[in-house]
Amino acid sequence: MSSATTVLLCGVGGQGTILAADLLARAALAAGNQVKVSEIHGMAQRGGAVTTVVRFGEDVSTMVADIGETDCIVSFETTEALRNIAFLKEGGYLLVADETIKPLPVACGRASMPHDAHGKLNALGAVLIPAHDLAVEAGNAKCENVAILGALESRLGFGADVWKRVIEGRVPPKTIEANVKAFELGLAFADGQ
Amino acid sequence: MELMSGNEAIARGAWEAGATIGVAYPGTPSTETMESFARYEGVYAEWCTNEKVAVEVGVGASAAGARVLATMKHVGVNVAADPLLTAAYTGVNGGFVILAADDPGMYSSQNEQDSHFYALAAHIPSLDPSDSAEALEFAREAYEISERFDVPVMIRSTVRVSHTKTPVEVGEKLDYEQKAYEKDPAKWVMMPAFAKPRRKAQLARDAKLREWVEGCPFNQVEHKGTAVGVICAGAAYQHVVDALPEASILKLGVTWPLPQKLVADFAASVDDLYVVEEGSEYLTGQVKELGVKVSDFPAPLPKDGELSPGLIKRAFGIEVPAHDEAPDDVPGRPPALCAGCPHRLVFKELSRIKAIVTGDIGCYTLGTLPPLSSMDTCIDMGASVSMSHGFELALAGTDHRPVVAVIGDSTFGHSGLSSLITTVYNRGAGTVCILDNRTTAMTGRQGNPFNGVTLQNRPSRELDLVGVLEALGIEHVTQVNPHDMKAVRSAIKTATKEQADELSVIVFKAPCVLLHRERKPFFFVNADCHACGACATLGCPAISKDAETGIAAIDPMQCIGCGQCAQYCAFDAIEQTTSSAKGGAL
Repeated sequence: MSSATTVLLCGVGGQGTILAADLLARAALAAGNQVKVSEIHGMAQRGGAVTTVVRFGEDVSTMVADIGETDCIVSFETTEALRNIAFLKEGGYLLVADETIKPLPVACGRASMPHDAHGKLNALGAVLIPAHDLAVEAGNAKCENVAILGALESRLGFGADVWKRVIEGRVPPKTIEANVKAFELGLAFADGQ
Repeated sequence: MELMSGNEAIARGAWEAGATIGVAYPGTPSTETMESFARYEGVYAEWCTNEKVAVEVGVGASAAGARVLATMKHVGVNVAADPLLTAAYTGVNGGFVILAADDPGMYSSQNEQDSHFYALAAHIPSLDPSDSAEALEFAREAYEISERFDVPVMIRSTVRVSHTKTPVEVGEKLDYEQKAYEKDPAKWVMMPAFAKPRRKAQLARDAKLREWVEGCPFNQVEHKGTAVGVICAGAAYQHVVDALPEASILKLGVTWPLPQKLVADFAASVDDLYVVEEGSEYLTGQVKELGVKVSDFPAPLPKDGELSPGLIKRAFGIEVPAHDEAPDDVPGRPPALCAGCPHRLVFKELSRIKAIVTGDIGCYTLGTLPPLSSMDTCIDMGASVSMSHGFELALAGTDHRPVVAVIGDSTFGHSGLSSLITTVYNRGAGTVCILDNRTTAMTGRQGNPFNGVTLQNRPSRELDLVGVLEALGIEHVTQVNPHDMKAVRSAIKTATKEQADELSVIVFKAPCVLLHRERKPFFFVNADCHACGACATLGCPAISKDAETGIAAIDPMQCIGCGQCAQYCAFDAIEQTTSSAKGGAL
């Protein structure tokens, strides 16, 4: 087995999982790891369920996540966390933005939302993060992704300085302050859990 | 050290090798390769109308002495196969490298064919990188191989190589001097008298390539245990390393031709030899053809879809670790046409009249899914137009539902135009809807002949679509605003009823919502909603109806103010905000 850590980021096309994965990968690289980021482009992006995998460690071979072997699932949406739960290994970290987006079949009355999604997620040991509220508190609702990454850092331990440098290098200059703040709020939230 | 996708690394490798000409038609998972190549200094890169044209432009530039990169998705290689299999006879002057990016698992494709078979058919070397560092190295070296053996070289990638970012050490650009062109009909004119000797030259080249591949450093043996040996290539290699840490591995960087001695020696060094590959059994067949015994997996390895380390472990009897299962009440989340998409009403109206809709490749293929449920067929680029002609031929003289082809602007330019000429020439009937959203949307909004945008933003010419159609002699050509429900309905009615026995083309022209990202004040549902559900049948992601009351709601974060839905409300219950509040967080 390779020594790599696997993070599966999932959400709805357009939510910014690819940008979050890019920041995570660059932070992992800056922290001295080998890294691979596997993205899916194309048709799935049109509001469909999307996943991006980041793997890092001393030695990284495969770029995909496997059932029961994924260290962290970072979901940008509650239903998608449930959809992908089989990937999580026993004792893995399930971090979920407390946000729910109805899939189109539900919105047009052809399917229903899962019963008691929050109850199910709590039973699975999920950490539900109010990412939107934290981003608004940080000064920009679009920094939700970075608030979630802050919470993930509480498990990864790359160091806040590493993240700060990566964020400064990758986000639009005007949003650096809000992004750094969102990161700190996310980290503080997860540390308080 | 840079983090690069496989596609970016291939572009970098080509540039480092001194490639100066890039030709492509966009297609997932290949698209970013040419976009990335186009950004380098000193290169010319263009989108061609289709992959056949791209390869022909490439062969021309190679003949003239330039190093050339052509990129396409796997199904694009089908389109390019005609020039490719004969360019394999002519060979090259400047090095010619073709990326074929396969999509096992079909994330964004209509099939998962294996491009290796084209390398086999054309007798051209096929290189399989397994990460971005190799993608860069293989692309760079491919030009030298191409020129040394006078042969086009294929780089065969998959979605997990093309779209995986891994660290890469970049190199310096080679100082490549473009070769001179000298007239040589015996090499470049493939009429029978000249093609016959070139065919013999091709076979002689095969022998040289087989000799070269035995010592090629792209093939590597990793000796571990002697019990299990695995032959693999590309992304599958990375999965095998993870899944079978005890196994010895022969990693093939060159997948055509295979190194006969290396394979035989490797097979002899292990008790059982397995071939792990995805999408097809190409490699297995090639290894067996060398007379090497390939063992069956203890449990079957899936023959379709993508591989993962877990699936390989299952094939070797290693069980899935304990895990929770997804609850069975999680609803599906298929992709959908965006809020404000100009294609939506066309599908809604075609669905209303229960037309037989032959579809095509693009975002608009999503018009197949409920609630629009509009499309009957989708096979390949351009097939909408030719298949509708086929439907009309078979249904002629019967009382049949209207037959309507639906095709996008870029796909029409790719191959729909030649299909339409067939219909016109043979005086076929039916309705063709060209959804001209001013871009090649699905692959990330690339330029095409009908929007006049070029890859490197050179001045261009926007082809006059209606003018082209009229020049073909089609009598019924109309242009309609697809956001205007009455106009859409009326144009479709005229074409499918009054002109049912003739050919009509309707151009629905309005830009993709992702192109300009223009937002108008959003719409909302007022107290007059009768819960009739009409608006929800549009399949707009911004519209939902309450599961119990059926009352509709519009999400102001998703609504972009297109107003399509309001035209379907019989109760005036959908209103636009009068405030300056802009909707849409797309």
